[in-house]
Amino acid sequence: MNILSLFVLIPVLTIIGIVFTKDLKQSRIVSAVGMGLQLLMAGLLVYLYLAERGAGNTAAMLFKYDVVWFPTLNIHYSVGVDGISVAMIALTAIVVFAGIFASWMVDYLPREFFISLILLASGVFGFFISLDLFTMFLFYELAVIPMYLLIGIWGSGPKEYSAMKLTLMLMAGSALLLVGLLGIYFNSAAGGGQLSWDIQQIAKIHIPIEMQRFLFPFTFIGFGILGALFPFHTWSPDGHASAPTAVSMLHAGVLMKLGGYGAFRVAIYLLPEAAHEQAWIFLILTSISVVYGAFGAIWQKDLKYINAYSSVSHCGLVLFAVLMMNQTAMNGAVIQMISHGLMTALFFALIGMIYGRTHTRMINEMGGLMKVMPFLGVAWVIAGLASLGLPGFSGFVAEMTIFVGAFQHTDVFHRVITILAVSSIVITAVYILRVVGSLLFGPIKDDHFLKLGDANWYERLSTISLIVSIAAIGLAPLWLSNMIGQSLIPMVQKITGITVAGLF
Amino acid sequence: MGITDFLTMRHEVLLTILAILVLIIDLNLKPAHKHRIIPIVLSLFFIHTVIGFLPTENGVLFGGMYHTSALTVMMKNILNVGVLIILLQSVTWLRKPDNKEKMSEYFLLLFSTLIGMYFMISAGDFLMFYLGLELATIPIAALAAYTHHQTRSAEAGIKLILSSALSSGILLFGLSLIYGSTGSIYFDKVGELFSNSPMQILAFIFFFTGMAFKISLVPFHLWTADVYEGSPVNVTSYLSVISKGAASFIFIIIHFTVFHSIAYVWKDIIYLIAVLTMTIGNLFAMRQKNMKRFLAFSSIAQAGFILLGILGGNQTGMTSVIYFVLVYIFSNLGAFGVVSAISAVTGKESMDDYDGLYATNPKLSLLMTLSMFSLAGIPPVAGFFGKFFLFTSAASGGYYWLVFIAVLNATISLYYYLLVVKAMFINKNDSPLAYFKSDIPTRIGLLLCMAGIFVLGFWSQIYEIISSFSFGILY
Repeated sequence: MNILSLFVLIPVLTIIGIVFTKDLKQSRIVSAVGMGLQLLMAGLLVYLYLAERGAGNTAAMLFKYDVVWFPTLNIHYSVGVDGISVAMIALTAIVVFAGIFASWMVDYLPREFFISLILLASGVFGFFISLDLFTMFLFYELAVIPMYLLIGIWGSGPKEYSAMKLTLMLMAGSALLLVGLLGIYFNSAAGGGQLSWDIQQIAKIHIPIEMQRFLFPFTFIGFGILGALFPFHTWSPDGHASAPTAVSMLHAGVLMKLGGYGAFRVAIYLLPEAAHEQAWIFLILTSISVVYGAFGAIWQKDLKYINAYSSVSHCGLVLFAVLMMNQTAMNGAVIQMISHGLMTALFFALIGMIYGRTHTRMINEMGGLMKVMPFLGVAWVIAGLASLGLPGFSGFVAEMTIFVGAFQHTDVFHRVITILAVSSIVITAVYILRVVGSLLFGPIKDDHFLKLGDANWYERLSTISLIVSIAAIGLAPLWLSNMIGQSLIPMVQKITGITVAGLF
Repeated sequence: MGITDFLTMRHEVLLTILAILVLIIDLNLKPAHKHRIIPIVLSLFFIHTVIGFLPTENGVLFGGMYHTSALTVMMKNILNVGVLIILLQSVTWLRKPDNKEKMSEYFLLLFSTLIGMYFMISAGDFLMFYLGLELATIPIAALAAYTHHQTRSAEAGIKLILSSALSSGILLFGLSLIYGSTGSIYFDKVGELFSNSPMQILAFIFFFTGMAFKISLVPFHLWTADVYEGSPVNVTSYLSVISKGAASFIFIIIHFTVFHSIAYVWKDIIYLIAVLTMTIGNLFAMRQKNMKRFLAFSSIAQAGFILLGILGGNQTGMTSVIYFVLVYIFSNLGAFGVVSAISAVTGKESMDDYDGLYATNPKLSLLMTLSMFSLAGIPPVAGFFGKFFLFTSAASGGYYWLVFIAVLNATISLYYYLLVVKAMFINKNDSPLAYFKSDIPTRIGLLLCMAGIFVLGFWSQIYEIISSFSFGILY
């Protein structure tokens, strides 16, 4: 059995296990065991990967496993990982694990909840290990659809509206994506030979430039919608605000990363000339995402909306960095994906925990919570500082790398757009500090807050597992950025090795 | 008739015997024991279905009017499996006291139409094709009016017979023009002689219009909703799944054997009709509150997707259409099976009645959800693969914008399929439908659908088999 296939198999087995459970206690234990195992597997994968690389294995993809699925269409079930996917898998495993513990007390239809949650996770894992565009697309859609049930059934607020909006917008995104993928497939024999869905096969081929010009917007926007590309980000605040805690964590933490990952693994890597030509349009859009998201977060009063807009801003930064198309910035993009995934998951977990106690998410109704729940308060401060990029946490490493990479472009357009994007750091500081101030400090606004307790063991477990990861990346970023950087080299060579000049 | 001839047309012969047996058995049953015909017919039809899967050889009968190939046998087998599921699903409804006197009629009429479809698929000339088509249509009108004491059902029967008479008229006019201009009614001859003279293009357009009525493509779809709503649920599912599937099969066969030389004409027409059918079918489906009407419009939209495969115009296109119809049979029958089970026990057919169904009938809701996802084309169920391959075949012809419109339409369709899911899982209801246990045949039928929905996608062997069959009728 290939180790990578286990990452899909374990969630599936966990789901089958949950089907046979009777109540909340049983199903959450089965889920925790399954996803705990998954976390161990992810750790093992990182170890094995580093060991292989240390032993001098320089193949682009490791642990490859390839079996023909639909011979006539040359569709394969093909899996393999490089440093980037290993990092993303580790991120997913951590967030899902934390998410299970954050939803320890789901009392309404718990079985169905955990089944949908883990189904979503299996889609995400499958996406990150896929090397075949068809399998990748299949897992992509598999990850999106459980969101409807998760938000619609277990959500809060205008949940039906949000769930429908999110699902339809993401599916419209996959409509664009499908056209792009089919176009890539039917041009994958440009150099002669058989049509192929295999990413690495296609990367060796030069797709005609006219087709690239046509296909790139489809593919990039298709992934970009999931990565909250302005102006297609509107599903994100509503969806995140209405979703139950674990779903917000998973969605902002992991699912949105599918967009960023796909954008460079498929859109830019396979259609590099068009990417160079059209990058400026999307750079403008992503820098709007970055700044607009941050401004949006300032205006919000609901904690979940604040964090949702902040996700728009941070995920915009991922796409922004990807479009810079050089080694440093893309390295930063991947670190940002991981860093933001952990950070935002932590934020949403904390919001869920605080909301479970105060029954409000409005910042003006809360205050002084640090006195009554010091553990959650400190965790919140840590998440906030990581989010605004304090050295020592993952956010600093990511943003620093991105902006250094972005500044390597010497022309005016890139400089201006980078300066614009950098300004978001200041705005981020504004909304983070504002929330920290009015939520945790100051007088206690409501007397019944005094009776509230601090975090339970399962909440602590969930929170600590995320904080440790954030600090680990912040304090020792080198092993991560080396792992990513090595794998980026061949990709960046392909992307930058072309001679077509862009508009700027 | 020798044994080889029998083997060549065993589907037709066996089913005719079966239909006559139904009459004889019915005559010999005492009025109190009429319902015993149900298990007998079910088991006989099951045997018939199994025999259909025995290996066969290509053969031509009646001087080229009739021919059998691996492809036609497989199409017939697909229809057989669908009909078997429908028969299983209709048991509860047939056992009702209202239908006691006319159970055998139901089987007889159903089998007659199925024989018609067999002949239609195996037709080698327009005469046989037309005979089959009429045999497949007229008994359905009687079936639609099966509960004739209800005004709606009678109305459905009349509407169906009138609109199909009209469409047959148009179709026949087209056929007469074809005969007049080529002097032949044999598919292969006509295919050779067909050129692009205006009269022949006109003939094609009349033919196409007639067929579009049968498959209910926009703008020839107006009869569909009323007929579907008025007919009994199982007849509706027969109409929307089996009839439509058979008509699509013959539609692609004739397009590739007869009209391949004027592909440049019909490609434009089909492009336009596909866009219209998908979009309008979807827009109407969104507003429906009655489950049968809802499924009627959704099946119109699905027919639009089938056109994408025809437009691809190659091996991939043929394969994907047949594969899609196969998947569609299982997913739509899953949905109709649930509607039929609920309607037979409670008589409720409105979407509002499904509110909160998951609380009381979780298994039915789950199957309904899977069917909805499969119809919408969501992985990991089979509908995803069916749609994906249709899109692939359209893209192979370079129709990227059409693929884009189609996938957007699939997204729109997801909206209303999710409305059903939402009703069952999310909507609150103080008095949801009470829990009930379906009887064994219904459950077997539903299980078959569920298995089909899960297995057909992942099991790539099925797609490969279809893909190997489709050769031979392509030019």
